[in-house]
Amino acid sequence: MALLDIQGVTRRFGDFTAVDHVSLAIEAGEFFTLLGPSGCGKTTLLRMIAGFDLPDAGRILLNGEDIAGRPPEARPVRTVFQSYSLFPHMSVEGNIAFPLEMARVPPAERRPRIEAALEDVRLVGFNKRYPHELSGGQKQRVAIARALITHPTMLLLDEPLAALDAKLREELQIELINLQKEVGIAFVYVTHDQTEALALSHRIAVMNRGRVEQLDEPSKIYGFPRTRFVADFIGHCNLFSGPVLSNAEGIVRIDVAGLGPVLVAAQSSIAVGANGSIALRPEKTRIAAPQDANDPHAGGFAAALPPEGAQRAARGGPSPLVPDNRYRGTVADLLYMGDVTVYRVATPGGSRVEALLANSQSGRAKFFEVGDAVEVSWRVDAGHFIEE
Amino acid sequence: MAGTRPDTRLARWLVAGPPLLYLLVFFAAPALIMVLASFRSPGEFGGLAPLVDEAGKVDLNVDSYARFLTETVYMQVFVKSAWYAGLTTAICLLLAYPLATLIAKSAKKYRDLLLLLVILPFWSNFLIRIYAWMIILGPNAALAKAVNGVLAVFGAGPVPLLFSGFAVLVCLVYVHLPFMVLPLYANLEKHDQALLDAAQDLGANAWQRFWRITFPLSLPGVYAGAALVFIPALGIFAIPDILGGPEDTLIGNLIKQQFLETRDWPFGSVLSIVLTVSALVLAGTAAWVGRRSLGAARA
Repeated sequence: MALLDIQGVTRRFGDFTAVDHVSLAIEAGEFFTLLGPSGCGKTTLLRMIAGFDLPDAGRILLNGEDIAGRPPEARPVRTVFQSYSLFPHMSVEGNIAFPLEMARVPPAERRPRIEAALEDVRLVGFNKRYPHELSGGQKQRVAIARALITHPTMLLLDEPLAALDAKLREELQIELINLQKEVGIAFVYVTHDQTEALALSHRIAVMNRGRVEQLDEPSKIYGFPRTRFVADFIGHCNLFSGPVLSNAEGIVRIDVAGLGPVLVAAQSSIAVGANGSIALRPEKTRIAAPQDANDPHAGGFAAALPPEGAQRAARGGPSPLVPDNRYRGTVADLLYMGDVTVYRVATPGGSRVEALLANSQSGRAKFFEVGDAVEVSWRVDAGHFIEE
Repeated sequence: MAGTRPDTRLARWLVAGPPLLYLLVFFAAPALIMVLASFRSPGEFGGLAPLVDEAGKVDLNVDSYARFLTETVYMQVFVKSAWYAGLTTAICLLLAYPLATLIAKSAKKYRDLLLLLVILPFWSNFLIRIYAWMIILGPNAALAKAVNGVLAVFGAGPVPLLFSGFAVLVCLVYVHLPFMVLPLYANLEKHDQALLDAAQDLGANAWQRFWRITFPLSLPGVYAGAALVFIPALGIFAIPDILGGPEDTLIGNLIKQQFLETRDWPFGSVLSIVLTVSALVLAGTAAWVGRRSLGAARA
């Protein structure tokens, strides 16, 4: 039996359906993330688990018990709010002691538990500080310590890192992973930040318009998006759509406007003529100077690539007889990001292909400039086929 | 301010000058005159005796202060005034808190209307409103008849509502209620619902949420409201004059008597000073307590 069982939960606000018949199960000890753009229903779902909102239809079972009739204060789940929500008139100690007082834990027992909680979040010695004397990261740690001190069955986190700067966010992500391992309590994490979701979670439910689009492990979500929305929302992605030209021997060919036929390895029963999409990650797209061009910039790079056949044989990919997808174009614009550069290549037909290249070559910042003639290519198994 | 440019400083004086001058001429100077008057002797026909008598001796004494301290009746009136003011403050707080909460929690579009209703009584004259209470509480009004009718059932004699401590208190509360509602509303309106959600999430029921979160955070509003009610209520004279009985003489009435009827200006000044100083001390204490209990949290 799952720890938390959400069965066909629906929540409407007037004409707007915030959560639309969502069913999912969260296991004990799991780091589970609800990921989606704002307004996708993830926070509404979290509030229904916490008890601040009630479903219009469906049931929420915690340890097999329907918790609809229990107000938030009577549910063994705790929430960490995005705004921290520390009590400004209480010290760190007062804040952390609050749930203990509410649970009528005898005063003698409180002290060691408060100290242990402060140790867990690396805030030993901060007992007498007041919230306004803490940094954002410290406030968030106090909020987490306060939520965990009564050993809840489940911890709900509503975009807890959204208000922090990037560097601190990364640091706290690692701390959260370690903390979750340490306490072993199921974490349900709500975020709109896909990198955060990928880094933290055991499993991710990608939500859109009140529905769960895909529920899977992070690597599956990233590598094998089931819908165009998931592909587009998680990371950068080239999305090519068009009618299927042929489907045979594990290779689907679709006709993409501005690009021509594109091949993708897929075990699909899609009919010829139906619409399909290919999701292609920019980092799986190769970019090189055209073979016949005399571009002095490209020489070193092209030579550095291992021969196609050897590469394929090593990975056991599809038959080397299936040619790579290969298109000519010019660099329309580029985003230099330090470690990598993202190139957007315009094809003569008016299509755009994004390719990402690590700036690993010593002595050179980037490989191509805007306006350079290039060739983009990718193996037929680099893209991921989506039926829709 | 060391680096402030001269023209900025000039502008600041030009802006702040007129109100400052006004306060100096019409508040600070009269207060000083009053302090001076309290050390002088009363004149034979009222007012003040000459500062320098025929013998050329400067006539300054503490006789009036001695009188206030030795004749206990004045202290008694003072204590009674403080009692009425305190009771008024407490009742106003009890009535205003739920009202301010209601306004703060109501939808934004209704808040202005509700606030307008709170300050609506200010649109009619203060004295007229007090006279209205004379009619409401009068012996022939429905209220007095109903009260005495009920009392008669229990065999208790008829009681007058008007010209009593009860009438004074009712009107004191009525007049001062908005001064408690407004600062409380201003405070409660800023409260963050997320804090209450957090408290509830952490196991606090409605009662605990109020006493542990809402009330402590509203204390600055409570202190401000208490000061705005207590201080004017302490010095009021019109209400006991019009609605009170013979025993309902308060410090405000006493001061008025000293200046207008007895014409003992030095003693009136002493009573005024005692009133002002105690109000200042109380307001200062309230501010200090308020800052101490919340300062750490708000700073």
